[in-house]
Amino acid sequence: MLVLKNVEVVYDDVILVLKGLSLEVPNGKIVALLGSNGAGKSTTLKAISGLLHAEEGEVTDGSIELDGQRIDALPPEQIVKRGVFQVMEGRRVFEDLTVEENIVMGGYTRNDRAGLKRDHDLCFDYFPPLKRHRNKLAGYLSGGEQQMLAISRALMARPKFILLDEPSLGLAPLLVREIFSIIQRVNREEKTAFLLVEQNANLALQIADYGYIMESGRIVLDGEPEKLRANEDVKEFYLGGGSTTRYRNLKFYKRRKRWL
Amino acid sequence: MEFLLQLTLNGVVIGSIYALVALGFVIIYKSSSILNFAQGEFLMLGAYVCVSIVGAYHVPLWAAFLLTLAFFAVLGILMERLLLRPMIGEPVISVIMLTLGLASILKAIVQGIWGTETIAYPTIFPSAPVMIGPLPVSQGYLFSVASVGVLLVLFSAFFKYTRAGIAMRATAFSQQVALSMGVSVQHIFALAWSIAAVVSAVGGVLLGGIRGGVDGAFAFFGLKVVPVVILGGLDSVLGAIVGGLIMGILENLAGGYLDPIFGGGVKEVAPFIALVAILSLKPYGLFGKVKIERV
Repeated sequence: MLVLKNVEVVYDDVILVLKGLSLEVPNGKIVALLGSNGAGKSTTLKAISGLLHAEEGEVTDGSIELDGQRIDALPPEQIVKRGVFQVMEGRRVFEDLTVEENIVMGGYTRNDRAGLKRDHDLCFDYFPPLKRHRNKLAGYLSGGEQQMLAISRALMARPKFILLDEPSLGLAPLLVREIFSIIQRVNREEKTAFLLVEQNANLALQIADYGYIMESGRIVLDGEPEKLRANEDVKEFYLGGGSTTRYRNLKFYKRRKRWL
Repeated sequence: MEFLLQLTLNGVVIGSIYALVALGFVIIYKSSSILNFAQGEFLMLGAYVCVSIVGAYHVPLWAAFLLTLAFFAVLGILMERLLLRPMIGEPVISVIMLTLGLASILKAIVQGIWGTETIAYPTIFPSAPVMIGPLPVSQGYLFSVASVGVLLVLFSAFFKYTRAGIAMRATAFSQQVALSMGVSVQHIFALAWSIAAVVSAVGGVLLGGIRGGVDGAFAFFGLKVVPVVILGGLDSVLGAIVGGLIMGILENLAGGYLDPIFGGGVKEVAPFIALVAILSLKPYGLFGKVKIERV
């Protein structure tokens, strides 16, 4: 169980990005974290994986616990060793390494040869295109293949939790569906839990067991996917096609001073 | 003909020392995208340290050599710890400036300890030359060329097949992504600096043995190696070696044939002329990696 309690994150000592965020990812579940741009979704993932340190960010309050042990002060390599692996936004494969070498890097923290070999084959099993291109430089792969490679690297670390940041970014809809179905398969077969950050709320809520909605550094709504989908605000702002906007009403709208 | 061969041979020998220093450059650049301008100073310091160990403790030279290597392995790690760790996440250019400062400091320290006089080197290599065809070749020359060959093979294999080597290349591509794989970027930097320092020290000792003495001019090797690495491609081990040899040979040929005509000085300029010519044809150097741009 991965638990965040009242986490506050400050960048550059002044900019407060997360303002007391709490969420839970149970073992073996898929949890979706939704929200608009700049809500702090990626920051949340980086706070968990420890990658904040490299960006002058810091967890200043609250705690992040993995199975009851605090991990918020650990360096990233320790967090990976404990079984939490982040797949960063925008795929970020090592472009001038081959596909094979990228996969090897995913298993960097592990030393069990037999297990590595098995997971290596498993990656090729999940993503056949990678096997075809195994000796090609990763920079020449297509966007979808790069996303597959990024997920493969995560599988190689055999983590308990994968933090997945916008896997649908810049991919064709068909590919997005494929990636999502593989996420589901990995979750089912390997019992890996996912914390899934997505803009595509519709798709994310289809595969998630639980969902959180974030706005400016806080969780504003959470619940089972069905409950979230039924919520009028979620429909309007995240799913689209909710209540149709009545443009006639718009002209009566007058901005009020909200601090009065 | 014999003159040409002799010049080429000298070029190969000096070139192999260039190649060693260039190797140090490449290893640091490959893992951290930093140009270490203190590489020449490492070479100079290596030569001094080795000769001092021999002088002070009267140990045989091979033992002094191994001690020097150990000393440099530790020195490299210290460099990372004290100078580079605080700079993680800072712009690359600031770190490069830091290595320039480090170069001046090392030079000053060396002058403070050993003075500016040339210090004589014990004979490393037997003085009897080996005959290769018509040419008498000193054993020191052969040894330095051979050791460069061995290091080339070792490091190429290291970067291609070992996890640490792959992790170094991965770190060079992106520190943050490497971190997310669980790679300790600090360990990788320490390893890179350690290897680079050791390789330079090997170059320093070889050069001391060949020249029969060491002085502050050794540090200029660092500057001369900049065109070498740019020529070979900043991130290619093979490029460092080939670039080193080309520069060494070019320099000597230019010195032998052109200096008498122009009244001297061509030797120093020739490598840079070649550099400009080659870069205008191959902007990433002879073996440098081409940045991948997907369309």
